[in-house]
Amino acid sequence: MQLAVFAMCAVVAVASGVAVFRVDSMARATYALALSFVAVGVAMLLLGLAYLGVVTILMMVMEMAIMAVFMIMFMMNPAGLMPMSMLHNKRGAQAISLGVFLVLAAGALLVPWPQHRAPRPADPTRAVGEAIMESKMLVMVGVGAVLFATIVAALVLAAGRSRYDGNVTRPSSEAR
Amino acid sequence: MTVTGAPVWAVVPAVAALLAVAFVGAAFDGVLRARASGPAASGVSSLLPGWRRPLVEFRRLLRQRNRETAADDRLLWRVGTAGPLVIAALMIAVVPFGGVTVADVPVGIVWFNAVDIMLWAVVWLAGWGPNSVYPLIGGYRFLAQALSYELPLMFALTAPAVGARSLRVGDAVEAQQGLWFVVWMPVAFLVFTGSVAAFSMWGPFASPVGEDAAGGVLADAAGVDRLLSSAGRYALLAAGSAMAVALFLGGGGGPWLPSWAWTLIKTLAVLSGLVLLRHRLPVLHPERLVTLGWLVALPAVLLQVLVVAVVVVLKG
Amino acid sequence: MFLVLAAALFAVGLFGALSQQSVVMVMMGLELMLNGVIVAGAAFWYFVAPARADGQLLVLVVITAMTVEMAMGFAVVTLLFRARDADMTDMAAELKE
Repeated sequence: MQLAVFAMCAVVAVASGVAVFRVDSMARATYALALSFVAVGVAMLLLGLAYLGVVTILMMVMEMAIMAVFMIMFMMNPAGLMPMSMLHNKRGAQAISLGVFLVLAAGALLVPWPQHRAPRPADPTRAVGEAIMESKMLVMVGVGAVLFATIVAALVLAAGRSRYDGNVTRPSSEAR
Repeated sequence: MTVTGAPVWAVVPAVAALLAVAFVGAAFDGVLRARASGPAASGVSSLLPGWRRPLVEFRRLLRQRNRETAADDRLLWRVGTAGPLVIAALMIAVVPFGGVTVADVPVGIVWFNAVDIMLWAVVWLAGWGPNSVYPLIGGYRFLAQALSYELPLMFALTAPAVGARSLRVGDAVEAQQGLWFVVWMPVAFLVFTGSVAAFSMWGPFASPVGEDAAGGVLADAAGVDRLLSSAGRYALLAAGSAMAVALFLGGGGGPWLPSWAWTLIKTLAVLSGLVLLRHRLPVLHPERLVTLGWLVALPAVLLQVLVVAVVVVLKG
Repeated sequence: MFLVLAAALFAVGLFGALSQQSVVMVMMGLELMLNGVIVAGAAFWYFVAPARADGQLLVLVVITAMTVEMAMGFAVVTLLFRARDADMTDMAAELKE
């Protein structure tokens, strides 16, 4: 039963991942990616990681909704009226990615991974909560600082105001 | 009063109860609208008592033909219009009714949060699908609003989780045996109910379906699509009210009556309050909501979570 | 088996990141690669070291890294678009010379 669910999740995740680069419409590409993430979230629920699975689904659906907005803004391909396969170096990329997959899959199947001896925790959510608050708090502090820096940097880059705030001469008007 | 899980087929009565409560909400809204338009309104609908309006709309929309627009994305549009109802059903799956939940998920509060995030995707798809200007505007307005209310909602959900020391909704209900959470977490309760109205696009948050955008996301929906979307809005209000009752108002606790009766009464009370919002407050533009959400609601609810955490630590 | 799934996701993402012309599609390839990393992290936690919470923490940090990457990526694309009115990676090659 679990194997069947995992097989279905795996197939959906990889198929929708491939679909991201095959469909013609921007919205469908974005939501195919969202579907891939939801399948990964369900696979994590199978591993007993209830909190992480639900959080993955939460964060990724949110990000895909925002990404859809940016996709539409930048790609100028209204809902698949033009075939949208803009690739360069397709052969090279296919070869490289196929090679990487074969190497990684061979490693995954052939390397004798160590087995765990300690028993699995009954409540992994509590375990990660305690780890964050006690031994790994430095990670969270670091992540907090990085997120704050990201907010500031993204706003500064995207808000488009110059040092001489008052003149709103955009660089594109001078670069022609 | 402990909360236990239920067998899978319990989904059917749960969804039926959800639709019944949503219908009560829609009937109350009809009564308020009839009273607002007064005896000067013309047409047959003025002769109907207000509570019959949802039934009339139901029959009218079932008979109406589905609308197709030029080059619409049929699959995504259908997902977008049917989505809110499905999401309301997923929300109600973790809410305890009396002592029984459909799905006793150990991370029920985070589940509720994840499911209401799916509304972001679904409402935007309902705006993108018909390939038409006004629904697209409605979809973008919803995303702009959603960015404002989502963080306060997440922290408002964290407060009862900290208070109950658990992410299970059943544990939050049991932790309120002595004192309801609304008494010492009022800010979180207010932010939560405000967010319920916001993700249902209701009242002051109705700009995604607003009249100034020709109905916004609902502009081109017709027939069964429109029925599902409109019913979905009321169902979201109902599901959100039920969750507010479970998290803040003590679930099914109360004297004399059995717990499922108390749950129902409290849910209907919160739902009436939310429906009343539409008739008391004007629709706010999403830009004003950004200021409100980030500068007022977020610091307030963060302070609230701090207070709750300190109290929990002091109580040992 | 989870690791094979992770490898597959990583490979599909790598293909996208290497071959797509539009910056946004490159970012989607990167997201798929990080998706593979998330699955791998969770699988390693479950099978190799479930007693410690390090694997779960890795998953959380990777989710955060994806958010940061998206935010910075879109800010850069916005700026690129404003500066030269194009979003194709082929046209953003000034650093080459």
